[in-house]
Amino acid sequence: MNQLTISGSPHVHGELSVKKIMYSVIIALIPALLVAVYYFGWYALRLTIVSVAACVLTEWLIQKYLIKGPLTINDGSAALTGLLLAFNVPANLPIWMVIVGSVVSIGIAKMSFGGLGKNPFNPALVGRVFMLISFPVAMTTWPKAQPIFDAGFFADAVTGPTPLSLLKESGVGTLAKSGDMEFLDMVLGNRGGAFGEVCAIALLIGAIYLICKKIIDIWTPLSILLTVFIMTGICYLVDPTQYIAPWYHLVYGGLILGAFFMATDMVTSPMTTGGKIVFGIGIGAITVIIRLWGQYPEGVSFAILIMNAVVPLINKAFKPKRFGVVK
Amino acid sequence: MSNWKTFTKGLIKENPILVLLLGCCPTLATTTSAINGMSMGLATTFVLIMSNLVISLLKNFIPDKVRIPCFIVVIASFVTVVQLVMQAYVPDIYETLGLFIPLIVVNCIVLGRAEAFASKNPVWPSILDGAGMGLGFTFALTVLGSIREILGSGSIFNYRFLADDAQTILIFVLAPGAFIALGYLIAIVNRLKKTK
Amino acid sequence: MAKKESTLKNMLIALMVITIVSGGVLGFIYGLTKPAIDQVEANKNKAAIEEVLKTDVAIAHIETQVIEDLTYNLAFGADNQFIGAAIKTYSKNGFGGRIDLMVGMLANGNINKVSVLSQAETPGLGANMVNEKFKGQFDGKNPADFKLKVKKDGGDVDAITAATISSRAFSEAVDLAVRGFEANKDQFMKGGNNE
Repeated sequence: MNQLTISGSPHVHGELSVKKIMYSVIIALIPALLVAVYYFGWYALRLTIVSVAACVLTEWLIQKYLIKGPLTINDGSAALTGLLLAFNVPANLPIWMVIVGSVVSIGIAKMSFGGLGKNPFNPALVGRVFMLISFPVAMTTWPKAQPIFDAGFFADAVTGPTPLSLLKESGVGTLAKSGDMEFLDMVLGNRGGAFGEVCAIALLIGAIYLICKKIIDIWTPLSILLTVFIMTGICYLVDPTQYIAPWYHLVYGGLILGAFFMATDMVTSPMTTGGKIVFGIGIGAITVIIRLWGQYPEGVSFAILIMNAVVPLINKAFKPKRFGVVK
Repeated sequence: MSNWKTFTKGLIKENPILVLLLGCCPTLATTTSAINGMSMGLATTFVLIMSNLVISLLKNFIPDKVRIPCFIVVIASFVTVVQLVMQAYVPDIYETLGLFIPLIVVNCIVLGRAEAFASKNPVWPSILDGAGMGLGFTFALTVLGSIREILGSGSIFNYRFLADDAQTILIFVLAPGAFIALGYLIAIVNRLKKTK
Repeated sequence: MAKKESTLKNMLIALMVITIVSGGVLGFIYGLTKPAIDQVEANKNKAAIEEVLKTDVAIAHIETQVIEDLTYNLAFGADNQFIGAAIKTYSKNGFGGRIDLMVGMLANGNINKVSVLSQAETPGLGANMVNEKFKGQFDGKNPADFKLKVKKDGGDVDAITAATISSRAFSEAVDLAVRGFEANKDQFMKGGNNE
């Protein structure tokens, strides 16, 4: 070999390749997609297709005409970004807004920094937050989940509140009264919300698949979930009339989706186990702070982006010991 | 350097915002619309020309060790003049720009030009330098304001070209949009300069 | 002219001369613009009052009273009859903090019109409170049969889409003005006769 290639992480080792990792994550998200189609019908499918296509197309255009470098759209990373982006928006969002979000995700959050492996922030989340700030009404008007066998595949969306926005606006009392906020419905996904985040079970099935294949490891998601559980648990014990029980916080909103599929993104998360735990605790804490005392009802995406920004510092603090060097 | 070059260098080649990156605070904060950006730019241009003129006249009278306080007093006086005049005759614009008018005092471009140019050059080139820099600043702010207004409010110079209830990309009238738009504007300018 | 040395004397002279001249120039400009600025301020206040109290009856003069923390601008017609009050009210519970409103209350207890003096709500959401579509729903309503609460809280106010908190704060501010007006109405009516 007469030439040493230097490239950004994730570095290839063993039989795992960037391509394999990306496609495994996409496979892991399929159960959640199926549930989403079951509850939100045609809207969910249409949004997913548009978002994935827009992301891949943006990456291709930029690589071909702006960077004029090698084309890497086959590695699946743009498609994954598109899929995650679609999972984070309401199913009835106008198509053009999703396209704007995809262009921002790939164009601004990923390619501006040099493409895969060089982006400091999770591209799908940047796109999502961009849309949330730009189109606040459309991004917070959530369709109600309606099983397609009851409502039909092309059913018009009926909007309804998400559990978290209801909690923010009306307090714990209202939520307890309205019967449609049952824990079981939350876990199965029969609730309002971004269409990829609603079904905790389907997401967990995908997550277990990834953990078994050693594509993600458990530390980041575990520390996120534990931190959220402990912090909201303390609040609940102090004043149960004002704060909701901690197990609800785990299944509400996008916590599961964020913890297992966004925070574990290899490019934008710390490298060592210690770093991953600190990273997870930070995300959990910021999420709880935003949910309980912030302006927005949901804070997972902001929390992950904020912690993305400190990843270089975490990596510095948790440097792995150099092999063979005695201190 | 010829007088013509002294004047034109501020427009593109040494544009205070797009190339020197001076005075970014008012740039980011006031460019929510083309008119706001332009008014801010023109107010700064006036202060730049006048302070360059006065400082160049006084450059031999001011001892080196107290030059910064002297420059600041001169600049602050002109800023206050601008503030009073705007408050009296264009109250609407004064209200939108608010705090950023008095903050022209601490705009790096003004003190920067006083220090780097006016205190070393004769009167006439100093005026041209101030005018060039000021117009370059105005140009950058107007372009940035237009981009943000078109994307964020669906209008240009307050002329709305979209339906009243059409959704626009709101982030561009908010702070994060300012950073994104300025970043890409600078990138485009760099790209153009490179290919030249 | 050679450059002045940085001696104490030269520095003092330079600083002194510059500050004195600047002060003089500023004083001169201030005197020049003062009348215009006062005019602008007065017009603005008057325009806001007249906007919310616009009825068939022309306003002859305006009196200002401050009771607790609300400012009441009482408007009287030509024959000293009480037209109504433009009340400067506020709410601290907006999404982006404080909201200042001017509420026009007529002598018969109806809300005439509401205008937004200042707000820092989210553009596209709460900031839509300045639109006629939202604030227009208060025009001509009588608080006796129009509950000043958003529908979600059991009132009659249509909230702005996805901006319940802003709508709630807006309603709260109007309600504050209405209650203040009701409490002091009798005194306002007399106030006109005393003159």
